Amino acid sequence: MTPKDSAPRTLFDKLWDSHVITMREDGEALLWVDRHFVHEGSHHAFRKLDEKARGVAEPSLTFGVADHYVPTRGRPVIADPEIGQMVERLKRNTTKHGIRLFGLDDPAQGIVHVVGPEQGLTLPGLLIVCGDSHTSTHGALGAFAFGIGASEVAHVLMTQTLWQRKPKRMRILVDGTLGAHITAKDLALHVIATIGADGARGHALEYAGEAIANLSIEGRLTLCNMSIEAGARCAMVSPDAATIAYLEGRPYAPKGEVMEAAIVAWLALASDPDAVFDRELRMNAADVAPTITWGVSPEDSLPITASVPSPEGSTQRQKYLMEALAYMGLEAGRALVGIPVDRVFIGSCTNARIEDLRAAASVLKGRKARVPGLVSPGSSAVKRMAEAEGLDRIFTDAGLTFADSGCSMCVGMNGDLAASGERVASTTNRNFRGRQGVGARTHLMSPAMVAAAAVTGCLTDVRALLLVEG
Amino acid sequence: MVPFTTLNALACPLGLENVDTDQLIPARFMSRPRDAGYGGFLLHDQRVGPDGASRGSILDNKAYAGAAIMVARRNFGTGSSREAAVYALWDFGIRCVIAPSFGDIFASNAVKNGLLPAQVSEVAADAILEWLAAASGRMITVDLQACSVVCGNRSYPFVIDPVRRLQLLNGWDDLDLTLQHEAAIKRYGENRRREHAWVVPAVS
Repeated sequence: MTPKDSAPRTLFDKLWDSHVITMREDGEALLWVDRHFVHEGSHHAFRKLDEKARGVAEPSLTFGVADHYVPTRGRPVIADPEIGQMVERLKRNTTKHGIRLFGLDDPAQGIVHVVGPEQGLTLPGLLIVCGDSHTSTHGALGAFAFGIGASEVAHVLMTQTLWQRKPKRMRILVDGTLGAHITAKDLALHVIATIGADGARGHALEYAGEAIANLSIEGRLTLCNMSIEAGARCAMVSPDAATIAYLEGRPYAPKGEVMEAAIVAWLALASDPDAVFDRELRMNAADVAPTITWGVSPEDSLPITASVPSPEGSTQRQKYLMEALAYMGLEAGRALVGIPVDRVFIGSCTNARIEDLRAAASVLKGRKARVPGLVSPGSSAVKRMAEAEGLDRIFTDAGLTFADSGCSMCVGMNGDLAASGERVASTTNRNFRGRQGVGARTHLMSPAMVAAAAVTGCLTDVRALLLVEG
Repeated sequence: MVPFTTLNALACPLGLENVDTDQLIPARFMSRPRDAGYGGFLLHDQRVGPDGASRGSILDNKAYAGAAIMVARRNFGTGSSREAAVYALWDFGIRCVIAPSFGDIFASNAVKNGLLPAQVSEVAADAILEWLAAASGRMITVDLQACSVVCGNRSYPFVIDPVRRLQLLNGWDDLDLTLQHEAAIKRYGENRRREHAWVVPAVS
């Protein structure tokens, strides 16, 4: 299947080539799926299976995770019967088809995009799909990972394959070093603001350069996670020594000789030096400030030092900006710093790994939050780790609620919601209208920035806070 | 799947950009079974206020009752992969969305349900929206054979992936096609496990 010609190939070319089962004349390829994650929202797909009276082709490559609907408090009781039914239905479907489930009571339960890498199910070189757009996250380890809809979930369940047309290849090179307290989240929002919420549409996006090589695996996961917000089909970083160190010893990762062979294969995945990309962008990490969103799309991002934009440009653009500002309850021209927030949230597949909780805790330590807030770790394992490090006490001493793991207040379907009109400083991925609750106003930012907003009760430059208060 | 060839229908000029799938169907409705219909959930929070009163959305304007075409601006269907966004459009009666760009996953989901995402230029989208705004109740013809959108005496080309076009024209289901390759799939799966032992999840 792999072309043996000498043409230099990108990381994505190599991932693509190694999964092609057959090519059609019209250019679509039938691709093999190495890992398929399902969650409570996959019920439409399981119903399609029942309608066609078919089974799951590869149950051993399929994993269930309860995350979207699970409550983050009061477990194992689920007070809302509609939510309880969703969690129960996933259990029923996975049991029926012989699929390993990381369910509500499983010590490894968590958000699917945190659990996959953490358990070593996500590996370099694999093709990974899930009925969730943030599946792009897994590319941080050098996997070809993308979100699919319910019809495609059903197709993968039945055949372990998908028909796809090869996307174009795009690379973003980030030179230099990110400044103090500036994280992968800031870089991601900076990229989205630069290229737009559809700027990488139709492209497989590879990140490379000094700043990317120096990112932790957690940081790379955040960056690839947010790439769907730039419209990318998938995002990825070449596997390197950090990737291998991260994976070694993970429960489902290869061991011994198999791992040794895997490492050889993984390190050969990097883009060849003279490989060609359809589109290439270069930026400098030094230009990235702590970045937050002010509007209703992740592309509505600005450095925290900026002001709320004034409606200008075309009539259409002005209308868009005015509607966004009206929804957000913001006045054009006022400084972002100092805008009061009503609530904070630290969680989601974007920013709820241990490194994120540590960053938030380092700001909150010895301080009090002026507004209520919720911290939901990315997985039950992250939760235990945070407790072992005493981070839970830092959060609760500051006045925040430290809860169980799930999609929580990112996704608005498990009971964790903001009230209409409430302004939320949030580590999540989408500031869409109503995403965190009807009428809720979301500002996306890094965990440290959310912690700074909690402490001051308003949008704050974390660098200034730490400088002033030491 | 119902084939899509030509559609002559009332068109609703939504005219918004970045209409994400969270807006198309708010998450809280997605646990409902499809049988009862998802049409009432379409753009729900733009149409209905917290008190249950209508917000006077264009979707509820009598002049556009029965519209089967929706016209929007760039990045329609961005965001979450929820296929329920397509179910909401479909159950509302929409069979074609015309816009300058679509979220990739949305466009794929749309085609798998027989709904045409017709991608036109920004200029064409503006012109179509303007033409629709000039008088209510105007009909548009979308021709998938010719890949054209006809508004009165003007015609605008649209683009769609050729494979998706054929799928829509013929109402093809992927599965039938895939099953013709069952032997190749089986062989590939066996080879992959044999040649690359590391792809198999280690037993925890």
